[in-house]
Amino acid sequence: MKAAPFEYILAESVDHALECLNQHGMDAKAIAGGQSLVPMMAMRLARPSVLLDINRLPELKQIKISANNVSMGATTRQRTIEDDAEVHDALPLVRDALRWVGHVQTRNRGTIGGSLVHADPSAELPLAATVLNATLHLRSQASGDRAISASDFFLGPMFTATGDTECLLGIDWPVWSGEGITTAFEETAMRHGDFAMASAACQLQTDADGICLRAAIGLGGVDGAPRAFPELALQLVGQRIDTSIVREVAHAAAQQTEPGSDLYADVEYRRHLAAVMLTRALQKASLHSHV
Amino acid sequence: MPSSLVTVEIQVNGVSHAKAIEPRTTLVDFLRDHLLLTGTHVGCEHGVCGACSVLLEGDPVRSCCMFAVQADGMSITTVEGLAPERGSLSKIQDAFCESHALQCGYCTSGMLVACHALVAQTPQPDETQIRDAIGGNLCRCTGYQQIVNAVKLATSPTLEARQPTQPQGREAAVAGASDD
Repeated sequence: MKAAPFEYILAESVDHALECLNQHGMDAKAIAGGQSLVPMMAMRLARPSVLLDINRLPELKQIKISANNVSMGATTRQRTIEDDAEVHDALPLVRDALRWVGHVQTRNRGTIGGSLVHADPSAELPLAATVLNATLHLRSQASGDRAISASDFFLGPMFTATGDTECLLGIDWPVWSGEGITTAFEETAMRHGDFAMASAACQLQTDADGICLRAAIGLGGVDGAPRAFPELALQLVGQRIDTSIVREVAHAAAQQTEPGSDLYADVEYRRHLAAVMLTRALQKASLHSHV
Repeated sequence: MPSSLVTVEIQVNGVSHAKAIEPRTTLVDFLRDHLLLTGTHVGCEHGVCGACSVLLEGDPVRSCCMFAVQADGMSITTVEGLAPERGSLSKIQDAFCESHALQCGYCTSGMLVACHALVAQTPQPDETQIRDAIGGNLCRCTGYQQIVNAVKLATSPTLEARQPTQPQGREAAVAGASDD
């Protein structure tokens, strides 16, 4: 339960970090909050020979809010986001998701970018990023900048489109404009703060008559990566969100997933949970829209 | 591959310590093995149990989930640093004694750190806030109710009012024993 020896490099600038990644490639691992990486290193599931600490780069910790976008530096702490009232107003779904992420001790260290790059299929922030289709900004010394949408970023369990010499620098979250925007995040886990057995997230926009104008829905923990369902979400648009359409859409989404099986939940049970979680999320969000 | 040593300077409970350590030394191992501050406990060693909680720049974190080298130049408070002075107890520590909020004691240092962090930010927390604050700390013997009771006792305004004249918990017990 002790990490294997490694060389520690404290990044002095983004360029320095990229140079280090360019030089060491797969042998180097960038550490942000370390809340998943340090345990993985202790269990020797990860064994980098170079640990690149990107925690002390102020340019990676900035939050910028504009009318239709929130931009977050990759190493912004989860607790910082949780405590930011302006981010809450702009990104209510991120606020809802963070309520389920670990505990105060882990959120004090854990970062937004670290959670996305780690890409646990049951993690909450990757699901929120997928549902809102956030844009991730990657950079490498050799090939420069590129932007990739969350729907293309998560490729499988702990597997993303990040190249060996690339570093995630920031995330752009689209902000929906207008009135009547409601969100909900529902989850079942063995204990609060654990990774989800199944989770569901939704963001709705409804008009004064309760008719859905815009919808985004997704499921976590029930596939190799978080899943969004844009086609199913479109079925909600133009409708009053009542029990029958909620159940129909939630069931259809759950049927499209391919959950894994473990000691706690088999495939059918996970799929069942997914439908229940999404039903609850949609009901909760539509209930709020009538208030 | 033996890794070369790095020098760190970390302030722990107000005292600055400069040490040469392996980069792979976790913060909890640094506290226990290098500074001999064994009040911080190692439980699961992978971020699940909360026994190793310490305050990093005032915020509760898990000291098994970061390397000591990452805390270079930072300030840490461990359970040994919670009491106002040596030989005394903080209000929360005293209330833990009074409320029987510990049994085997393994989780206690992490619980105390989590509760101190809560009360520093929220001087009179409600039950939900208390349970949320200790949500990342596992106790396998006492249970959580007495711990919640202890925080309520320590933060109740009535206790505040009567504390100068009426010693609580262990101090009261010690005073009683010496009277006999």
